[in-house]
Amino acid sequence: MDMSVAQAFFYLFSAVMIGSAIMVIVARNPVHSVLFLILAFVNAAGLFLLMGAEFLAMILIVVYVGAVAVLFLFVVMMLDVDFAELKQGFAKHLPLGIILGLILFVELAMVIGTYLVSTDATRTTPQLDTSVSNTEALGRVLYTDYVYYFQTAGLVLLVAMIGAIVLTLHHRTNVKRQNIAAQVARTKETAMEVRKVAPGQGL
Amino acid sequence: MSSPLTVLPVIAPAIPELFTGVGALVLVLFGAVFGEKSYAFVRWLVMLVLAVALILVYLSSGVRVEAFNGAFVLDGFARFMKIAVLWGSLITLYIADSYLKDTKRQAFEFPLLILIATLGMMLMISANDLIALYLGLELSSLSLYVIASFDRDNVKSTEAGLKYFVLGALSSGMLLYGASLIYGMTGAVSFAGIAKALSSGVSVGAIFGLVFILAGLAFKISAVPFHMWTPDVYEGAPTPVTAFFAAGPKIAAVALLVRVIEQAFPGIETQWQQVIVFIAIASMGLGAFAAIGQKNIKRLLAYSSIGHIGYVLVGLAAGTPDGVAGVATYLAIYLVTSFGAFACVLAMNRNGHYFEDINELAGLSRTNPALAFAFAMLMFSLAGVPPLAGFFAKWYVFAAAVNAKLYPLAIIGVVTSVVGAYYYLRIVKIIYFDEPREAFTPAPVAIRFVASVAALLVLAFVLAPAPLVNAASHAAKSLF
Repeated sequence: MDMSVAQAFFYLFSAVMIGSAIMVIVARNPVHSVLFLILAFVNAAGLFLLMGAEFLAMILIVVYVGAVAVLFLFVVMMLDVDFAELKQGFAKHLPLGIILGLILFVELAMVIGTYLVSTDATRTTPQLDTSVSNTEALGRVLYTDYVYYFQTAGLVLLVAMIGAIVLTLHHRTNVKRQNIAAQVARTKETAMEVRKVAPGQGL
Repeated sequence: MSSPLTVLPVIAPAIPELFTGVGALVLVLFGAVFGEKSYAFVRWLVMLVLAVALILVYLSSGVRVEAFNGAFVLDGFARFMKIAVLWGSLITLYIADSYLKDTKRQAFEFPLLILIATLGMMLMISANDLIALYLGLELSSLSLYVIASFDRDNVKSTEAGLKYFVLGALSSGMLLYGASLIYGMTGAVSFAGIAKALSSGVSVGAIFGLVFILAGLAFKISAVPFHMWTPDVYEGAPTPVTAFFAAGPKIAAVALLVRVIEQAFPGIETQWQQVIVFIAIASMGLGAFAAIGQKNIKRLLAYSSIGHIGYVLVGLAAGTPDGVAGVATYLAIYLVTSFGAFACVLAMNRNGHYFEDINELAGLSRTNPALAFAFAMLMFSLAGVPPLAGFFAKWYVFAAAVNAKLYPLAIIGVVTSVVGAYYYLRIVKIIYFDEPREAFTPAPVAIRFVASVAALLVLAFVLAPAPLVNAASHAAKSLF
């Protein structure tokens, strides 16, 4: 890809991502916050694509946008959380927040600073095997070297699913359910009845 | 490309686990398709899967082999512990049936979760690196959280599950923190790699990591000071589940602890020995004193299990093959005794109502002499009265501690077991010398069978201790 085009896209994705990240915390409507979060995820996926990590980009869209963000939307819309109330006391806690932010910033600056100053830190970029795609490269180790961990992790997720069902699913007995077979088997004779109604009287 | 024939030796050591895992997946589908009605069938199939896995483990040789790039190890020690764990799960399913029926929770998920928990415990026992350790631990723990609150309409049961889950998540966090420190300091996740990196000198960071890993594992075996969850979870969980907790998961976690200590940190014995000695003394002390005031039999057995873990750790603290053999012997004897005791607790029911107050046992010797005798023998064994099995269990661990010149530890152990004998003997006194209460409903065959076989084994151990002791010492040697 042409370098300048790639750079243009990098700045586009980054700018939109930072802008939408800011909107996530300042938007008054929580649903808008979640929508901005989705926009931030999509732009992050774009940045991954620029770096050549197409698998991560797709996973980000599928998992974060497709599942996590939609789950957030469900929670926001169904639980009716009063965000205005949550935001009260914002000014009171602002100094503490600023101090925490400063500490984080100083720590980041120190990590990056020592990395830039020190001479013995490793600066080699790993040589990527560009002949295979991300997905193929991951697949090659996931089902060979790491198959044991991968499958065990899958079983852990299965237990989580079984557990959620065991502990929460109630089969209600007094609920009327649709019985398609019974519906289809209905005939005119069983469904309809002609009654003569005498004038001035009900049934 | 590798053909299936070249792959087979790579996965062959894990065949019991593969069989259990595939069995679990098939039975999940089976249960999902046939719904609630399939409980009885799924239960029998799960017991069949466990029995076949048991046979497969029996058939494996005790020679050390690794699989999956060293993530999984099978040796004599793993074989011994897996046999114990599989027996524990089988007995649990055998005695649980009548209780689930009486509490109307005969769901097919119960045997399934026991099966998956067992698989997790087998993976723990065979874990040979930090990632496999964590995954096995989580697989079994997650299943245990769910079955602790299996009686979901009962407040105590849900409370037990929630407490266990929250505290368990905390302990997993500590364990992971320790594991990340160890990885950071040694650059290795495999136990052999860690041992190699630490052989050239130990850093403060590695000791930090070691302590956090030990804290996380101490939680799983409910050793003091990480025991707080035990009485509440034991009391709240359905009784067969409590019986299960006292056996399999503890054995698997102790096996994991032994393997981590002996294979990942063999060179820094002075560092871990102080930690193990401390938690052994604290557990024995708390187990002896805190149980004295308990009125609920399940809480009492919970404190008793904390105390017994203390005795198990005495053997581990010795750090010798004899000590680990003592640990293995102790766990096997405790497995039998504890299942016997919980079968007796399950027999404390009148028309489907289960009682847990120890005073309900009053005069049991006159209303049900056979049950009373079995209960008394099991209590004597837990107290460590000679010539019952429990005495020999304590004998082997204390002997190992004395041989390793840990005299204070052995003396404290003997003193606390004398103190602890008080509350076991009090139960025997209630059974034999108090005014009789209304008789219990005759227990189902499964419960009577397990209680009597356990009492018989405890009584007869003195006649033929050799098979168990030899198997345990053979298992222990494979670690050194």
